[in-house]
Amino acid sequence: MNKNHYLNRTIYMILFMFFTVSAANAAPTAEEMWQTIQEQQKVIEELQEQLDATAEAVESGAGSTSSWADKTQMGGYGELHYRFGDGTDQADFHRYVLYIGHDYSDSIHFFSEWELEHSLAGEGKEGEVELEQAWVEIDLNENHHFRAGLDILPIGLINVTHEPNTFYGVERNAVESRIIPATWWEAGFGLNGEVAPGVNYDIVLHSGLETSSNIRSGRQKVAEANAEYPAATGRLRYTGIPGLELAASYQYQSNIGGELQSGNDASLFSTHVDYKHSSGLAFRALYAGWDMNKNLSADGRDSYGWYVEPAYRWNMGGDTDVGVYVRYEDIDRGQSGARNEEERTSTGFNIWPHPKVAFKGTFESVKDVDANTTTDNFYLGLGYSF
Amino acid sequence: MTKLTLYIFLFLITQIWSLHSYAKGTYLEPEKFLSDVFNNNPPNPQKLWLKKDLKKEIKKILGDEFKPLRLRYWDDGSKKAWILERIGRDKPITTGYVTSKGKILDVKVLVFRESRGWEVRYPFFTEQFSDATLKADTKLDRKIDGISGATLSVDALIKLARLALFLDKHVDDKKN
Repeated sequence: MNKNHYLNRTIYMILFMFFTVSAANAAPTAEEMWQTIQEQQKVIEELQEQLDATAEAVESGAGSTSSWADKTQMGGYGELHYRFGDGTDQADFHRYVLYIGHDYSDSIHFFSEWELEHSLAGEGKEGEVELEQAWVEIDLNENHHFRAGLDILPIGLINVTHEPNTFYGVERNAVESRIIPATWWEAGFGLNGEVAPGVNYDIVLHSGLETSSNIRSGRQKVAEANAEYPAATGRLRYTGIPGLELAASYQYQSNIGGELQSGNDASLFSTHVDYKHSSGLAFRALYAGWDMNKNLSADGRDSYGWYVEPAYRWNMGGDTDVGVYVRYEDIDRGQSGARNEEERTSTGFNIWPHPKVAFKGTFESVKDVDANTTTDNFYLGLGYSF
Repeated sequence: MTKLTLYIFLFLITQIWSLHSYAKGTYLEPEKFLSDVFNNNPPNPQKLWLKKDLKKEIKKILGDEFKPLRLRYWDDGSKKAWILERIGRDKPITTGYVTSKGKILDVKVLVFRESRGWEVRYPFFTEQFSDATLKADTKLDRKIDGISGATLSVDALIKLARLALFLDKHVDDKKN
């Protein structure tokens, strides 16, 4: 028993010594451990670099999209209108518009606006397909830009910014439609930019109107347009206080009669204020008036119009906003007859489930001053932009 | 008369072109922004990997997917600087935000590429963000007055301000 006991102890001791010596031989030295750590650190750094490179490639879309696509932008807007009340109830997809822009380089840009009006175009149809913008802009430096092509004129509020989610009323206001006349685009070239913080300017030389009847029908829409009598438009705009825009525009054309009427030199002056306070309170007012050498058959030489529009907008949580407005408009064409002088009062609401989508409602009362008649209409609308 | 106007106009163009060297829309180089924020000694950038849960929260703020996989930020222990980008109307606006303990200290528009709305770079607009904090619903604690004709650029800067404050808190929470 004792003999076996000693034998066992001896075997255990030999085995213990063997493993201890083996373990001592296998353990790395501090120097070896430092070398291993350094090698591992190098591998970690390489992996980190590879990870960053992969992330950068994924973020920049390398290998998946072309650079042409990166330099090309697309957008648009549209508006559907329902009108009730005057015996001619009507549904009309008034405008469907697509924008396409492209950057040739950091300093040369293209922009275009393509519009289908009233849903259906063609001979005898209600609608039209129109090219409203197609221009190239070159950045001369940080603050000044040269633009040439077909462009909307820098006059008024609606002519420049007319996405339906940006204004109240299902239809655009009548003063800017009939006096300015929005949407008004011409072919030409000009400069725009900034001369001091919040002080912006535009100056454009462009093709002009040709009319002997009314201002709006004088738009030639750059469709083989008579360019014998070019026009010039300038605008100064102040946006140096958040929420506020003050602007004034002036246009001169040596003869807006073109081939239809001679010697009718004309100028248009327009000024407006647009204020939106962060509390939700908003106010717009605009005046536009012509000074022509001669009367047109429908519009007088001193045709003018103005409107005021207070509004209030509430946030209902998230992106949803609701706004209400009242607008009073006065148009006087300085002649006599139907629709010569109109007083329009409208009120309504916008509901924005998203800042770029608006459901609208408008009640409008139009008084023909000369005829002493009043027409009431109710409108519902849907507008969007993207 | 028309020819004279044309000559005057062409003269104006050449004069304006020669006014400055070309520097379209880059109002402040990112390196200069960081140098200004950290008194000429910016710390090394940190990386924040935007994992699935974090991206979900960011989407709630921006309203759409945030593409980067990670964000770099600079943190010297007392304040953080973020350089963030978002499209206004159709081009990205690069903006620098300085945050500290859940507050915005400063906002600078570094690169503006849109064709209008450049007024957002001026102090009369960006100063509205000073000391802004984030409410529980991740909205700013104040309303920001917009710029007429620049609604989308203003909206982009407000959303990025909310994102900067959210990330500031996220990094602080991770530290603790």
